[in-house]
Amino acid sequence: MLRALKPVQRLLGSTLRDLAPLFLVIGFFQAVVLQQPFPNLLDVGIGLIFVVIGLTLFVGGLKIGLFPLGEAMAESFARKGSLSALLAFAFLLGFTTTIAEPALIAVVDQAGAAAAAANVVADQPDAIARYALWLRITVALSVGIALVIGVIRIVRGWPIQILIIAGYTGIAAMTAIAPPEIVGIAYDSGGVTTSTVTVPLVAALGVGLASVIRGRNPVVDGFGLIAFASLTPMMFVLAFGTIWKQL
Amino acid sequence: MLELLGATALSTFFDVGPIVVVLGFFQFIVLRRPLARPGRILLGIVLVILGMTLFLVGLESALFPLGRTMALQLTEPAFLGTAGASADWRDYGWVYVFAAAIGFATTIAEPALIAVALKAAQISGGAVPPFGLRLTVAFGVAIGVALGCLRIVTGTPLAWCIIAGYVVVLLQTMITPRMIVPLAYDSGGVTTSTVTVPVVTALGLGLATVIPSRSPLTDGFGLIAFASLFPILTVQAYAWLASTWSRLAKARREKATVR
Repeated sequence: MLRALKPVQRLLGSTLRDLAPLFLVIGFFQAVVLQQPFPNLLDVGIGLIFVVIGLTLFVGGLKIGLFPLGEAMAESFARKGSLSALLAFAFLLGFTTTIAEPALIAVVDQAGAAAAAANVVADQPDAIARYALWLRITVALSVGIALVIGVIRIVRGWPIQILIIAGYTGIAAMTAIAPPEIVGIAYDSGGVTTSTVTVPLVAALGVGLASVIRGRNPVVDGFGLIAFASLTPMMFVLAFGTIWKQL
Repeated sequence: MLELLGATALSTFFDVGPIVVVLGFFQFIVLRRPLARPGRILLGIVLVILGMTLFLVGLESALFPLGRTMALQLTEPAFLGTAGASADWRDYGWVYVFAAAIGFATTIAEPALIAVALKAAQISGGAVPPFGLRLTVAFGVAIGVALGCLRIVTGTPLAWCIIAGYVVVLLQTMITPRMIVPLAYDSGGVTTSTVTVPVVTALGLGLATVIPSRSPLTDGFGLIAFASLFPILTVQAYAWLASTWSRLAKARREKATVR
């Protein structure tokens, strides 16, 4: 019994280490810099326990669930040998996980408000909502396409640098012609698309593919999917802002 | 708190639901290959959903409200001691300290980064130490968020900073060991997730609201872009330093044996 608890104990220990800086920073600023008492100490205490247990369960579940699943599916796709099925999977994985991403929903709502302030859309709730929805679809499409490009890159063994250089050159050029109010949103949208559940799956998929396909090195070729998923949203949102203004 | 628990469980479920549908469709209809240890994988997925729910509820009830109020309080003229007078960029000292500290702390706690670090350690056979990678990334986010706050205060155009930053990243790529480059680019994207985004966004919004002639709608953005850029720089720099160091050490050893 005690032996079975050992891994749990170790996991709990590393979770505490991971969360300690966050507790310390917030505690320090609250008590020393702002010199304010903690509100609802009981709530804070229960919340902290939830955070520790939650992160421990998440990391445990990652190791026994999401990682093996992503790897198994990557291997099955490679065995099946159908590139189109693999690409359809990559696109749908990117699109569906992004369209429902809460962080993205928060950002597009803000973007809608910013667009209304810049007179790009009429300052009415339904016009803003329509703008926000199309923006969300645009970002989700861009992540789907990013994973497709990323998977093709792993299969073909293209070097990542050339694609990244091309991407950022495109972004720089598009920034020059895009309306200024969309630039900040576009740059931020790259960071918010990759959610906590998607990342482990995508990482396992990429590494799994690169391990199974002959001639690929999992370290050199397996990573990079997330980098594309952060790059294409910037590009697509800049294009979206430019086109929307022309309409 | 129970209400929050229910609402978060529901939203996590909707967040994970589409993924499960896509995975299930391809696994059972397209691939039709049996999974090894399906029960264990199912348990893992349940743990991930349960863990995410508890984690988010805990953050939402304990840390996020404090973090958000802090971000607002630190940018208030009353706290800065500049009420009435127009504030200089030097008056925001605590804001930069808070930005760097909270950027570092939220990144260390970021579950997505833990996942990538575990994966990197596993496939590199331990050559990429997981906690070392996360520390390097967290330092990058700390620098990024602090400089991003400075940018909001000074009003430098975001596009210049970001494009200049990526030019440096690309130049750096030429001298970085090839093995680390994709991982470095990935670490930029994963740092800004569940824990970092809410607090950092509040900080940007607070700053842009308080500083005269900045609009929260247009100037509050950009911190996340900074926080995604700088980890690429620090990870590549670390990898370059480590490889140069070991090359020099090897050269020195060889010289010693020749003698």
